[in-house]
Amino acid sequence: MSNPLLEVKDLHVEFDTYDGTAQVINGIDLIVERGETVAIVGESGCGKSVTVKTILGLLPEADISQGEILYKGENLLELSDAKRHARRGKEMSMIMQNPMSAINPVFTVGEQMLDVLKWQGQHRVGITDWVRDKFRSEAELRERAIDMLEQVDISAPERVFESYPVELSGGMRQRVLIAIALLLEPDFLIADEPGTALDVTTEANILELLDDIVEEHDTSVLYITHDLGVAREISDQLNVMYAGEIVETAPTETLFEDPQHPYTRGLLESIPQLSRGIGAGIPGKLPDYTDPPTGCRFADRCPHAETECREVVPHLRRTEPEHAAACHLFEGDPHLDRHQDAVTEFPYIGPPPWQADTDETEVDVR
Amino acid sequence: MSYSDYLIRRAIQAIPVLFGLSVLIFTITRVIPGDPVRLAMGPDVADEQVDAFREEMGLNEPLHIQYVEWLSGVFQGQWGLSLRTGNNVLFDIITRLPATFELVLVALGFAIVLGIPFGVIAGTNKDHWQDHASRITALFGVSMPRFWVGILLQVVFVGMLGLMPLQGRIDGNPPPHTTGMYLIDSALALQWATFVDAATHIAMPAFALGLATLAQIMRLIRSDMIEEARKDYIMAARASGIPQNLIHYKYMLRNAFTSSLTVIGLAFGFLLGNAFLVETVFAWPGMARYGVQAIINQDFNAIVGVVIVVGFAYVVANFVVDVLYGTLDPRVRLRQGGE
Ligand SMILES: Nc1ncnc2c1ncn2[C@@H]1O[C@H](COP(=O)(O)OP(=O)(O)OP(=O)(O)O)[C@@H](O)[C@H]1O
Ligand code: SF4
Ligand SMILES: [Mg+2]
Repeated sequence: MSNPLLEVKDLHVEFDTYDGTAQVINGIDLIVERGETVAIVGESGCGKSVTVKTILGLLPEADISQGEILYKGENLLELSDAKRHARRGKEMSMIMQNPMSAINPVFTVGEQMLDVLKWQGQHRVGITDWVRDKFRSEAELRERAIDMLEQVDISAPERVFESYPVELSGGMRQRVLIAIALLLEPDFLIADEPGTALDVTTEANILELLDDIVEEHDTSVLYITHDLGVAREISDQLNVMYAGEIVETAPTETLFEDPQHPYTRGLLESIPQLSRGIGAGIPGKLPDYTDPPTGCRFADRCPHAETECREVVPHLRRTEPEHAAACHLFEGDPHLDRHQDAVTEFPYIGPPPWQADTDETEVDVR
Repeated sequence: MSYSDYLIRRAIQAIPVLFGLSVLIFTITRVIPGDPVRLAMGPDVADEQVDAFREEMGLNEPLHIQYVEWLSGVFQGQWGLSLRTGNNVLFDIITRLPATFELVLVALGFAIVLGIPFGVIAGTNKDHWQDHASRITALFGVSMPRFWVGILLQVVFVGMLGLMPLQGRIDGNPPPHTTGMYLIDSALALQWATFVDAATHIAMPAFALGLATLAQIMRLIRSDMIEEARKDYIMAARASGIPQNLIHYKYMLRNAFTSSLTVIGLAFGFLLGNAFLVETVFAWPGMARYGVQAIINQDFNAIVGVVIVVGFAYVVANFVVDVLYGTLDPRVRLRQGGE
């Protein structure tokens, strides 16, 4: 546990908007151990994509007002653009959320794959290199690309290599995206809701495929999903995110056995309504990021909210040895080092009513 | 239908357009008030002579007969006499067109070769000094009349610095005639001194003519680049480690360029017909000047001739743009092909 692959510490991300500063990510912490799959779940708009795009440095307009992103011990936010770029593709890569829009429509799949293989994270291409490249044989790189397409179960890899994205189905594009992300065999892969834009069977196939490849290459994965069932199947560690904060984190099985945060419980209870989108079963909606609540960001939708909740921010507290929740219904030591001093000020409004009523805490999933 | 069938259909569609244009301009030149023949022959000539000449030109026939005669002449290379020069209008145009054509091509060359990289730089450095500099240049470029830019260039580079020739196409002897475009002809004949001579003459008028188009292209590319930067596939390209400058000049520009293509196509026809003030300032013996003289003198055959040539250029330029669209964007090609 001492040397994680990725460690995000107290990350704050803000955007300047016409309505004022949107404080979208409000101090999140994440740890991805080597070889582990970590999932983030949360409803649409809670900041999952912003978080992972920030890790890869893909949002130039974002203001990272605070925090560290440590990758193999180095703070990515302090690296030069060139050094940071050198890590993209080779060290870490990402499967973008929407397969329909994440492949450039005016180039063939092959051309895009070849450019990834050729330049491998160089920050700039010199004109001479670029010209020299025009005279080099592409046969070997082409073979590697086609091999990768084969690995993602594309049955006619040569044809797909020559195709433009418009000529491919959604499922095919999703496979191509996975192939591109894995082309340089990164140690760390971010998967932003892969498969969710597809029909259920295709999605299941894709997930299985991804799981196999990741296993084979021993890739560490940060997996974004809004499907709790999927998260349960593939992840080792689960983070529940609400309005730009991690509200509960635990090893996946532990979290499903004993969901603690009212938001997590709401998500699990509303699983039958998943077709309407995660979180739809909980009345209310996400707070306005330009004017977030001062206390608990979930207070407006929480059935157990008390006045204290609106006044004091509920930092993550350790409710069990490996389980932490950000809710005043629970007592516990601060989960994060940076909150050590704040402990005495926490109001306690527990115990949680569901524990008072009954001992049966497990909620049946799928 | 394949994409080439689509292109052929587009080409055929141009024929009625050109036909309509000729009918329209033919009619207008002949029904506007005024007496061009009298104007051409001067006040001292007797009425009988004027009438006789009018008869000879067929101007007393009904309009539709005149048109049919003109049209059959057009296909035999007889575009009617110019009242001003006394030549076949086709001959007048052919002698002047290469000069204007060359000027417009070089102007567009300037606009494209400078406008695109400047637009990319401005767009990828949004709200930095590069962007502000481009904004000011663009404001200057579109708000200054072309001839005025030409005069400013003359004042600075000829009057103050003495670096450039003031006017004309060339100081020495023109190169042997192949296309009538001096840059191309001198290059073909390997006469490099002549080439440099022609190049120094064309630089300022071409720049003056092309500056506004340069500004337009630059701003269009800029805003399209900014829009492209937000696209998922551009983020994905960065995430996969493709170099930054390759993303800018290949992955973003290919999409950003397509809207400029339309502007370039339109500018080609527009500049061809609107180069006259620049041609006048630089004493450039081109077709645009000829066209304006024709209008002033109500030289109707010449007007019709020039308009048809410019219209034809519009049609050809738009056709080339269509072809390029399909080449640059497979979606266009495949969508047309799928119908
Ligand atoms: N570039 C930006 N400028 C301003 N606001 C942004 C920007 N990018 C994202 N946001 C805001 O951040 C919030 C979180 O967006 P994000 O895309 O991370 O959601 P998500 O959790 O990935 O949701 P989904 O499941 O729909 O993908 C949204 O309210 C969004 O409007
Ligand atoms: S802190 Fe209060 S409002 Fe927030 S989740 Fe817990 S009980 Fe609900
Ligand atoms: Mg998202």
